[in-house]
Amino acid sequence: MLQYSIKRILMAIPVVIFISFIVFYIIQLPPGDYVSSYSAQMTATGEVMTQADMDQMRANLGLDRPVYEQYAMWAKKIVLHGDFGFSFNYNKPVLDVVKQYMGLTLVVSLVTMVFQYAVAIPIGIYTAVKQYSAGDYIFSGISFLGMATPNFLLAIILMFLSYTWFGDPLLGLFSNEFVNASWSIDKMIDLAKHMVIPVIVIGLASTADLIRVMRGQMLDELNKPNVVTARAKGLSEIRILFKYPTRAALNPIVSTFGWSLSSIFTGATITAIVLNLPIQGPVMYNALLGQDMFLAGSWLLFMALLTVLGTLISDILLAWLDPKIRTEFRGN
Amino acid sequence: MTTQAIRAEQPLLSVQDLKIRIQMDNGEMRAVDGVDFEIKKGKTLGLVGESGCGKSLTSRAIISINPKECETSGTIIYRSEEEQTREELNLLSLDPNSKKIRSIRGRKIAMIFQEPMTAFSPMYTIGNQIMEAILIHRTKNKKEAKKIALEMLGKVGISDQEKRFDQYPHEFSGGMRQRAMISMALSCNPELLIADEPTTALDVTIQAQVLELMRSLQAEFGMAILLVTHDLGIIAQMCDEVAVMYLGKIVEQAPVKELFYNPKHPYTKGLLKSMPRLGGDKSKRLDSIEGSVPMPINMPPMCGFYERCSDRIEGVCNARSVPKTHISDDHMVRCFLYSDSREGDSI
Repeated sequence: MLQYSIKRILMAIPVVIFISFIVFYIIQLPPGDYVSSYSAQMTATGEVMTQADMDQMRANLGLDRPVYEQYAMWAKKIVLHGDFGFSFNYNKPVLDVVKQYMGLTLVVSLVTMVFQYAVAIPIGIYTAVKQYSAGDYIFSGISFLGMATPNFLLAIILMFLSYTWFGDPLLGLFSNEFVNASWSIDKMIDLAKHMVIPVIVIGLASTADLIRVMRGQMLDELNKPNVVTARAKGLSEIRILFKYPTRAALNPIVSTFGWSLSSIFTGATITAIVLNLPIQGPVMYNALLGQDMFLAGSWLLFMALLTVLGTLISDILLAWLDPKIRTEFRGN
Repeated sequence: MTTQAIRAEQPLLSVQDLKIRIQMDNGEMRAVDGVDFEIKKGKTLGLVGESGCGKSLTSRAIISINPKECETSGTIIYRSEEEQTREELNLLSLDPNSKKIRSIRGRKIAMIFQEPMTAFSPMYTIGNQIMEAILIHRTKNKKEAKKIALEMLGKVGISDQEKRFDQYPHEFSGGMRQRAMISMALSCNPELLIADEPTTALDVTIQAQVLELMRSLQAEFGMAILLVTHDLGIIAQMCDEVAVMYLGKIVEQAPVKELFYNPKHPYTKGLLKSMPRLGGDKSKRLDSIEGSVPMPINMPPMCGFYERCSDRIEGVCNARSVPKTHISDDHMVRCFLYSDSREGDSI
């Protein structure tokens, strides 16, 4: 198993290098660069940048060199100094920008994930065991609705409801008085209150999806002969349910856990913009708009890395869960 | 006659007028339609018939493990001889989720299944799954349960038990899995073993080994066996008595020799003719029974074999349901050819 994991990690290295180059190249592709968008901004505010000024700025930022050279410099700094470059928009190192938003992004994403699994798995089991019952139809209806509703629309509806019922649309993650306050019990409670809408909005679609997957898996497993065998042994229904079908149905669900890794760190973009959440999604969006190339590039690279890592985690999880795959590893 | 002798003659299990109905979109399917049979202590009854005749449903109804859609009626009397108390229980009157029926499942009536790959869960070790039944019925002590399980694995001819115990089903071969399944079923020393097509999924050589194993274990433990199969060869090898099932009904029932040498029902005759024989004429095609089994949905009262029967009597066989005819004490056939009356069954 360890050998397999090491092999997989080594195989991931060329993939990541290749992705990083593609990422960098793509960011270069659109016409113009940070300097031209900066000068456009300056023009809008009434100042004029001369061609000489722009060339000077390009030379300072290293933007006048060929793509591969810029890439080499960027990659060298990352590998040697852990320096991901400089964010022009924020006027700070990229790493600092990422760090600033990481804490809250993780909180929102992890709470959303816990919410998804905690809601979806029991409902999935229930709807499968009570297939075609009233409860099954109600939950299935809700989950189809949840999959089909665009989440920004839901965000607006919930904001509206929250405003009409509680007099506060609960925008952002903190009330005004807490934004810059230091951490306290009150601030935590305020955060928890503000998390309700984002968690529901971000989590609903995947929750609905997970319910469908769990229900389908359970229905498959409930009709397997090993359930009949367990019954013939004299086990009680409830023990059979948890020991056999549920355990087997969880495999595909848990093994896809790794794939959501990148979304945990990046957060939901559109919902975050609508709800004005201080998380990574909108930062990334603005970086792409403003041609803030090092920030955007680092971001895309980061996401790619997380996807590769997530797939690796999924595979290892699956091996850990499924005895059959585990044996194949041992044979490796 | 002493009470002891009477008791000895009473069968371990009596199934009376067992009916299983399933509601379908296009009507009610009479999957099992008035089945009676008895299983005597320590003896083997073979239940033979083609796919879909209701033999599996019948066998599973005994311990109430059929799906909820099956509406089951009739009586299944089980006479346990455990602990000097003579218990007479109608298994069908018990709630399928009740403690009482669960204390019988696996403990007194155990079952082995056709496909040993899917009958074991791939998620747990063989040892875990064998120990489960022992832990419910025999002991709460895990060490003791493991000892019993290892001993059982040895009894069914699995060597290197300690290592095998911790392996998963996919690490076993088909024959090994069926052996493990048998050891699991016998781990609580049941009085009746229901074997639902136990060798269908196995190679012929392995098949012979498994059957031999079942026979020797029967001799050792003294349990009765209900053997469900479509293979007359296995019946000839294993059974004391045979019941031939067709379309939810038992059409002929007799001791094994009587049935093979003196078959009465046209269906039984057809089945026997369609068996390949050693030394038979190779240039001749094997006999087969014409037609196919009708669906038992909204059937009028008539013989289910009518359409396929070469000896059918028009206006009789297709006009009423067929009563039982007892040719001798232990030979029953459901056919108008042997019936004195041309009157239908009362059902």
